[in-house]
Amino acid sequence: MTRLPIKKTYKLFVGGAFPRSESGRTYEAEGQNVARASRKDVRDAVRAARAAQPGWAGATAYNRGQVLYRLAEMVEARIPEFAELCSGRDEVERSIDRVVWYAGWADKLPQVLGGANPVAGPYFNFTIPEPTGVVAVLAPDEPPLLGLVTRLLPPLVGGNAVVAVASEQRPLAAIELAEAIATSDLPGGVVNLLTGFRSELAPVLASHMDVNALDLGAANGAAAELEQLAAENVKRIVHGGVDVQSPWEIASFLELKTVWHPIGQ
Amino acid sequence: MAQAPVLPAGFELPLEPRLPRIGSVDAVALEERAGSLAKRSIKRDAKVFALRLAIRTTDLTTLEGADTPGKVAALCSKAMRPDPTDPSIPSCAAICVYPNLVPTARERLEGSGVHVAAVATGFPSGQYPTSIKVADVRSAVELGADEIDMVIDRGAFLSGRYAKVYDEVVRVKEACGEAHLKVILETGELGTYDNVRRATLLAIAGGADFVKTSTGKISPAATLPIALCMLEAVRDVYFETGRRVGFKAAGGIRQAKQAVQHLVVVHETLGPEWLTPELYRLGASSLLNDILMQLRKEKTGAYQSPDYFTLD
Amino acid sequence: MAELDRPGGSPAVPSDWTYAPAPESRDVVHLRDRYGLFIGGEWLEPSETYETISPATEEPLAVIGQASVADVDRAVVAARTAFADGWSSLPGSERAKYLFRIARILQERAREFAVLESLNGGKPIKESRDVDLPLAAAHFFYYAGWADKLEYAFPNRRPRPVGVAGQIIPWNFPLLMLAWKIAPALACGNTVVLKPAETTPLTALLFCDVLRQAELPAGVVNIVTGDGRTGAALVEHDGVDKIAFTGSTDVGKAIQRRLAGSGKKLTLELGGKAANIVFDDCALDQAVEGIVNGIYFNQGHVCCAGSRLLAQESIYEPLVEKLKRRLETLRVGDPLDKNTDVGAINSAMQLEKIRELVESGREEGAEIYQPPCRLPEKGYWFAPTVFTNVAQSYRIAQEEIFGPVLSVLTFRTPEEAIEKANNSPYGLSAGVWTEKGSRILWMAQRLRAGVVWANTFNRFDPSSPFGGYKESGFGREGGLHGLEPYLRFDE
Repeated sequence: MTRLPIKKTYKLFVGGAFPRSESGRTYEAEGQNVARASRKDVRDAVRAARAAQPGWAGATAYNRGQVLYRLAEMVEARIPEFAELCSGRDEVERSIDRVVWYAGWADKLPQVLGGANPVAGPYFNFTIPEPTGVVAVLAPDEPPLLGLVTRLLPPLVGGNAVVAVASEQRPLAAIELAEAIATSDLPGGVVNLLTGFRSELAPVLASHMDVNALDLGAANGAAAELEQLAAENVKRIVHGGVDVQSPWEIASFLELKTVWHPIGQ
Repeated sequence: MAQAPVLPAGFELPLEPRLPRIGSVDAVALEERAGSLAKRSIKRDAKVFALRLAIRTTDLTTLEGADTPGKVAALCSKAMRPDPTDPSIPSCAAICVYPNLVPTARERLEGSGVHVAAVATGFPSGQYPTSIKVADVRSAVELGADEIDMVIDRGAFLSGRYAKVYDEVVRVKEACGEAHLKVILETGELGTYDNVRRATLLAIAGGADFVKTSTGKISPAATLPIALCMLEAVRDVYFETGRRVGFKAAGGIRQAKQAVQHLVVVHETLGPEWLTPELYRLGASSLLNDILMQLRKEKTGAYQSPDYFTLD
Repeated sequence: MAELDRPGGSPAVPSDWTYAPAPESRDVVHLRDRYGLFIGGEWLEPSETYETISPATEEPLAVIGQASVADVDRAVVAARTAFADGWSSLPGSERAKYLFRIARILQERAREFAVLESLNGGKPIKESRDVDLPLAAAHFFYYAGWADKLEYAFPNRRPRPVGVAGQIIPWNFPLLMLAWKIAPALACGNTVVLKPAETTPLTALLFCDVLRQAELPAGVVNIVTGDGRTGAALVEHDGVDKIAFTGSTDVGKAIQRRLAGSGKKLTLELGGKAANIVFDDCALDQAVEGIVNGIYFNQGHVCCAGSRLLAQESIYEPLVEKLKRRLETLRVGDPLDKNTDVGAINSAMQLEKIRELVESGREEGAEIYQPPCRLPEKGYWFAPTVFTNVAQSYRIAQEEIFGPVLSVLTFRTPEEAIEKANNSPYGLSAGVWTEKGSRILWMAQRLRAGVVWANTFNRFDPSSPFGGYKESGFGREGGLHGLEPYLRFDE
């Protein structure tokens, strides 16, 4: 007799836990019933992100780097599973390498993006990058894993907390990634992954007054409308590419803080 | 008001929100403020007022090993009548000399209202036993000085022996009797504005009638930021206790423009009340002629030559 | 001590030392009766005009053009032509030379510009002379040096100019904001259409003469004057590749909305409600100076003004006493008088706004203090004001007043100070006063603001990036970081 396999229930990832949508809704994608997040799930995710963000930003850069590297380890351990949920092993390996690449940036950003400024006066003046806060990410549809990783890591490595909306058509890789994140050392709430209808969730995120930046990577035709909503609290708008890898991607989710202090006896 | 719990001496706790008893000074901001006050534009009537005030508050000073009765006598004439050609010019506040020259000055200035100030306490170094310093003061007062300009023991101050500094001020004040006591901090040797503020408060606590920047033997001396720093301490004492302590800027003030800047600083820090010889002095020698030149320029409209002003 | 004024000496001492008026001469400024629009290196006659005045006297100064949609179009076309016809392909080293020239000419003509700035804007001459002009010249000098070194600023990125930059600046630092906008734009190889603020166009118009003397190619910089309609035309123009705006948060949001989906680059430098946090161990007298400089500098018409004083309760009373006494020595009056500390409010409209908010402060129950000072009868004036007993919820603690009005609140612990300071939609600047180094860094790390002044306030420098968090805007002006908004990258 062949054994009947246990099927997974595909849920959201909010505050480090895997809840169903509070709405009780699901939709079918990739042959599975996937949670269909609601406005209130967005609210909860943003709240979880906001609560988690200071702790994540306050961790040492060395620590953030190690935690993200640990995430790469967790994905590496599941290569076959991930490969089935995206274009294949190559995409998974590239995703892992991208995570490792960004993990290494954590403790180098201030030296590359900031510095001391030679002001004309008896003041010590320096500029350092800081996370902007809570970042909403609309992940690209394709590639389902690499696209999400590409958009997720830049805000994360800089110390932001993220609420990401997974690929609508191909959400399973995202959920798999959430499970890898949950077993890495990333504090709960630093990454929150919502599955559902982008057209429903994106405007809620774009207009949310406690979201600081919006990555419109996959907004496609809806960008103008979302940008308008985002203006209400002067959100930083990022038009992220699906396959870029650059420290400037990190920089677009960072604020620059300049500090002055007199130099005197 | 509750009593502070018994603590070792020096550990008094403040019992209400008050000015910090010592506090600290930010050098850059202090210099910035002094610099901005130095840019005040003092013109016409206001300038004449300031220049006359500068004369009225000047302690005309000679403190040289080569000082003689003849030199001091000439200076006394200058102090009483700074510009013989212009009787409207006021007299200086005082003559400031070494104790040996006090009798000459006393005699020359008799009845003029110009005071005689003597430097004492082992001026300028202050590196003498306390008993000698006190005797120095007593002797100067006996010789006729009605103002004593003492120096603090910077060696004691800089090695943290504040009690010794304080104690000497107390004993010198006692020895002064009726004579007014100006306490010279010699700020050029104190190194930081924090120290200047601390020494100012220490001198005031010891009974100083005036606090004074410098001996004139060390540079930098009476810079504007130093003056501002000390005046802010004087202001704190005034507003906390009501006690008015005078301030004397001495050393390095050679031009009328600098004198006006110093007056602006006192004016905008302590107000017009301090613009009087009872609470403000400028210690200077060559400054006076520059002021006289400026005043004549204001009167005649023509720029002046030093050849027309006596060197005394 | 005996009275030292003797017979034959001076007359009785006046009880007060009144500084005689020390007005800076207006002779250095030669105003024209009317100004056109500076487009393509020429003065074009506008179809509509308005009058610009001196806010200190309400005296009309000149007739100014109100640029229409068509005028803005002409300016953008001129800028586009200049961009294509050589400016963008000019070697960086040559662009640099133009900017160095401009810096030098501004230094040479500093007095003229300073007087005009104070005349048209109402700010004290000592500020336009000692702050606005030196900083404006320094800004051009700083960015001049970058023009041929952009590859070193952005390694591996191949920086390219964006194209035509539309720039809209406020009335609080008219020439300085022009410098902040034009210098990096030109250094990066862009051409510019700049709209000065409606009430303060004159130094920007005089700047066109600097461009003439510098022999800058026609059309590289175009100045279109006018009100919000001109600004809107510029924002909406399809030929503009980048918008840089400094001004109110409301207008900034409107611009962001308008540009939604356009793909145009945007930087916004918007409002603020900075907390100036004073701990009980600070250098008190210098903190008082910093507070005064923080809020009364330029009549409080400063987006990064320290408008919320957060005083630790253990120092509150002596601090406020000292502050009030210090206010009595502020000299309010003629902006051209060299001894004036606080000048005129920039416009009738702004005065009305300040009055309205101050009234709300009284009504909500705050205690008002204004030092005795005689304000001129003509012109727009507002006495330096301190509100105590202010609750976090009062409008005067929340809204940007943009005037010489300070709201004093208290806190008990560093944690509480951070909480109150960050409890605002704005995040432009903040101040911290304490002698404890570790606490400064702890505070600086937690303050959500683009500029943190520790034991100082309102310092600016071309090499120092400036800009906000949250609703105070995005993008930085100044420093290496100030180049980025004017570049695109072929990565």
